[in-house]
Amino acid sequence: MAAGFKTVEPLEYYRRFLKENCRPDGRELGEFRTTTVNIGSVSTADGSALVKLGNTAVICGIKAEFAAPSPEAPDKGYVVPNVDLPPLCSSRFRSGPPGEEAQVASQFIADVIENSQIILKEDLCISPGKLAWVLYCDLICLDYDGNILDACTFALLAALKNVQLPEVTINEETALAEVNLKKKHYLNIRTHPVATSFAVFDDTLLIVDPTGEEEHLATGTLTVVMDEEGKLCCLHKPGGSGLTGAKLQDCLSRAVTRHKEVKKLMDEVIKSMKAK
Amino acid sequence: MQSDAKIRTEYGTDSSPQSPGCSLRHFACEQNLLSRPDGSASFLQGDTSVLAGVYGPAEVKVSKEIFNKATLEVILRPKIGLPGVAEKSRERLIRNTCEAVVLGALHPRTSITIVLQVISDAGSLMACCLNATCMALVDAGVPMQALFCGVTCALDSDGTLVLDPTAKQEKEARAVLTFALDSVDQKLLMSTTKGLYSNAELQQCLAAAQAASQHVFRFYRESLQRRYSKS
Repeated sequence: MAAGFKTVEPLEYYRRFLKENCRPDGRELGEFRTTTVNIGSVSTADGSALVKLGNTAVICGIKAEFAAPSPEAPDKGYVVPNVDLPPLCSSRFRSGPPGEEAQVASQFIADVIENSQIILKEDLCISPGKLAWVLYCDLICLDYDGNILDACTFALLAALKNVQLPEVTINEETALAEVNLKKKHYLNIRTHPVATSFAVFDDTLLIVDPTGEEEHLATGTLTVVMDEEGKLCCLHKPGGSGLTGAKLQDCLSRAVTRHKEVKKLMDEVIKSMKAK
Repeated sequence: MQSDAKIRTEYGTDSSPQSPGCSLRHFACEQNLLSRPDGSASFLQGDTSVLAGVYGPAEVKVSKEIFNKATLEVILRPKIGLPGVAEKSRERLIRNTCEAVVLGALHPRTSITIVLQVISDAGSLMACCLNATCMALVDAGVPMQALFCGVTCALDSDGTLVLDPTAKQEKEARAVLTFALDSVDQKLLMSTTKGLYSNAELQQCLAAAQAASQHVFRFYRESLQRRYSKS
């Protein structure tokens, strides 16, 4: 009977739960889904990570290649993110050129990388004006159940921490690059941006980590990206119902706690990997 | 049909004692300048200029129709080059802002298309796009529950706030924040930011933007009053 009600009046069904300050999957309004992360699973990539946020699964693979730096910035390398939402992850996506959702997510990740200065592009330069690294970050969603931006940001961060670049020297006589695969070093990750997404219901209620259905019923969304010093890299609110200053403050304080949780999880995983 | 082009200009200023940089550039708005769209507006902020056209409510493709609301579509064309991923992202921001404000339930199974063309970009482009969109929607007679406006703030390296920055100020700034605020109680409808900033700075920018939005809304009101009082 509940299933019938849910199909006919999804919003009303949802409101019944919200009145009791909980959600259909049993979570509180401010509770995140179980987050799991698996680092280094893709052996063909230079760095990889698989993040699961409840049912939402995103895998990030990073490949490093050589490129000539652009003449406007001869001492900078490149970081090129791309978010792919294939038909595999949800029935709403069709195969073909990237849809709007994928493009918006790619732009969001590019903005996070740029704003948070997670790696200095100067660190990716091998020889100014001649050779630099370009990191192709491919984020593929395997299962879409809402909150794709949080999962992508976390996957990207974990994968970047996993990337090992070989040492490259430029041979003076031949002017060719010599790659020493035996000597690899990790990237210098300067900050750890963590994204926290909220959905706004009926212009008043804020819930954290929306699932796919919740996102569909919500009247607005908000994503806050924060680094460890409490500085904001991105406040992404693509329209939707208005928020007052007080509600915004609540979101920011929740984002601070979430940052600590995610950082702890990632440190544990990296420590266990290094121990092996 | 007689085209009723009215140019209304105003210099919006809001200089508070602690931050002398808090002033908006010269605004100008012209409505109903295109003959084909149901509503059109050209909004100028300093040297930044955006032209917006609104078609709607009009027929919608069956694949895109929503049974109880109007379908909004935004197309943003940059000044040079083909539209890319960044334009898609901006289109999404403008579309979601309009969806929150436009009373789509009054026109179910129709489409409202907003087309924006960037004429010149001299800083604060997103804010100018939002303002042009709002004026064009009003010109088209699309029912809305509130008006909205865009305000951009830039924070430079020593933390001073500059409202409505020029292209040069945006480039040199440490952070650039763009907000869309509604006219009823200045709630935050949309926000997009670039760069790093602290929570306190965010609150400061938001407060400054809310104060500046009052000027923009006053400008809208006077502009529309001037236009409709003559006819």
